[in-house]
Amino acid sequence: MVSTLGLPAETSESASPELEVRGLTKNYSIGRIGRQKVVRALSEVDLSVEKGEVIGLVGESGSGKTTFARMVVFLERPTTGEILVGGRTLPRRPSTHRLHEHRREVQMIFQDPYSSLDPRNSVRYSVARPLRSFGLVPRNAEREAVEELLDQVGLVPAVDFLRRYPHELSGGQRQRVGIARALAAQPSLILADEPTSMLDVSIRLTIMNLLLDLQRSRSLSLVFITHDLGAANYMSDRIAIMYAGRIQEIGPASEVMSEPKHPYTQLLHRAAPGPENEHRQGAQFEAKGDPPDLTSLPPGCPFAPRCPFVQSRCQQTLPDLRQVGAAHHVRCILYD
Amino acid sequence: MPPLLEISDVTIGYGWQLPPSVIAVRGVSLTVAAGEIVGIAGESGCGKTTLALAAAGLLDPPGRVLSGSVSYQGTDLTSLSADELRHLHLAEISMVFQASMNVLNPVMRIRDQFHDAMAAHGVRSSDGARQQAEETFELVKIPRRFFDAYPHQLSGGMRQRAVIALAIVLRPKLLFLDEPTTALDVVVQRSILQSLDDLRHQLGFGVVFITHDLSLLVEIADRIAVMYAGALVEEAPGRELHEKPCHPYTTALMSCFPPLGGPRQRLQGIPGQPPDLRNLPKGCSFAPRCPQVIAGTCEAVDPPTIRLDGDRRVLCHLFGERAADHG
Repeated sequence: MVSTLGLPAETSESASPELEVRGLTKNYSIGRIGRQKVVRALSEVDLSVEKGEVIGLVGESGSGKTTFARMVVFLERPTTGEILVGGRTLPRRPSTHRLHEHRREVQMIFQDPYSSLDPRNSVRYSVARPLRSFGLVPRNAEREAVEELLDQVGLVPAVDFLRRYPHELSGGQRQRVGIARALAAQPSLILADEPTSMLDVSIRLTIMNLLLDLQRSRSLSLVFITHDLGAANYMSDRIAIMYAGRIQEIGPASEVMSEPKHPYTQLLHRAAPGPENEHRQGAQFEAKGDPPDLTSLPPGCPFAPRCPFVQSRCQQTLPDLRQVGAAHHVRCILYD
Repeated sequence: MPPLLEISDVTIGYGWQLPPSVIAVRGVSLTVAAGEIVGIAGESGCGKTTLALAAAGLLDPPGRVLSGSVSYQGTDLTSLSADELRHLHLAEISMVFQASMNVLNPVMRIRDQFHDAMAAHGVRSSDGARQQAEETFELVKIPRRFFDAYPHQLSGGMRQRAVIALAIVLRPKLLFLDEPTTALDVVVQRSILQSLDDLRHQLGFGVVFITHDLSLLVEIADRIAVMYAGALVEEAPGRELHEKPCHPYTTALMSCFPPLGGPRQRLQGIPGQPPDLRNLPKGCSFAPRCPQVIAGTCEAVDPPTIRLDGDRRVLCHLFGERAADHG
């Protein structure tokens, strides 16, 4: 535990961030016994999310953003590292009871609304389950509570949706059910793992607006995982850029977007489709190299093989996160 | 000289009975010239893939072209037999499908898959043929050593490049790309698009690029056609479409992409749902969602196609008066 500096326990608790993660690391072993390789999915991630804050976690596939979310919800056990929710540490091997508590506070919205709902369960059952399992409403008020949740996520009239099954819903409607299910637990923190990437363009914005409205009205903390910088900018107070399992840059959304510091952030910025990027004459896009191989990460900066500003130092030591603004940090030697 | 591809007034339906229960494309006309990238944008179910399938001669029953014609270099594709079409495919017209990195045969080396495709078009296996295949491989910027690899040894982006190489190995004149980069990361997507742009200049083929990502099209397409509920609602040069969208649907679709910079402000997107194609509203299909709907007109009368200055056209009542002014 952090020293509370003699303050009463209650004060320190209310001042602690909603989510605090220290040195979170996940390694997977793959391959046959004797010839195993270690995949370094996530390495020493420190991140805190304040109450009512939206953090955008941005990165390519394999950057560790989903692994991060799955560990915070404890769908995966961290290799090392600490997870604190509301100032309380989640033990490495939590009891069933403690895990149950944790899952009430921390909920997840999954990427694929086609596979995250059980096809054999009705909407009513899916949304009612957290209510029942966490004992949040008496059984006779359950139907009403489900209707209210469906109403809040824009599935109106709610009565029409109660008896429906996932195959009777569109992708956007399924994702709304997924959101209602997450809200049902009355969590204080929601991790949304690319909640819009499987949806049609016109639906994406309405789902993002819905999440923002719910987050504000309930002052939820939200970790919004995406590979789309524009979406991250739209949703987030702060943005964290991930690469090869590490946070490479983190700062207020406006700063990270207007003045991206890390060469990787700059690359993502240039790669993003958009009219602003239109007709960049002469500015041929250079994307040399491939995403990193997580089984054999270099000792230095993982982005060095693709970096246009690479120096010999980059290959030797991994840079620390250094401060470049009031709340803006970058892991790059260019800012020494 | 006829254009490379000319789609005129095509209507396509799905269903075994007549009239078919779903009309997926209604009266669409579009042309593609050699070396040109024409983009087709729209939401799921707007008919963009159906239109491309018909234009490539790949539409299978129960889908069928009910009226209108598709001609490739002056030849009506709808009149060709299956055999004639097969000779045309790959050699003259190629298509790269969505998530097509999964179309490669997992148990065959890439080299053999190129060999098969070329043999099917009568290219005898020879050093020359092999060299042409390898050169194409390098054109799409995959190192030559991967030519002997199996698909699983390639990354997703490389597989997609390999599929594009396969599509252009016989140097077709027309290439259809259906959401070719949707399943890929932005950085990979960007470099594939760059390669495509270089290749069409180098080899001079025409491209029909289908995507729901209008912001991507604005960047790479020479001309963009926007489709809604089976109709082509606006066509304009890429840049002009971005600077001054005319159709309210185009404006709405543009606003679905949060910008990378500028002040954060709430975007509304497009309220409501696309219409049911089996039960289209009377008049303009977009009227129920349109913020600029003209009461009494849009819901009752089919909108006319209005030609505007600068080689653009729009299917909307709002521009009716302007057309009258022009005379």
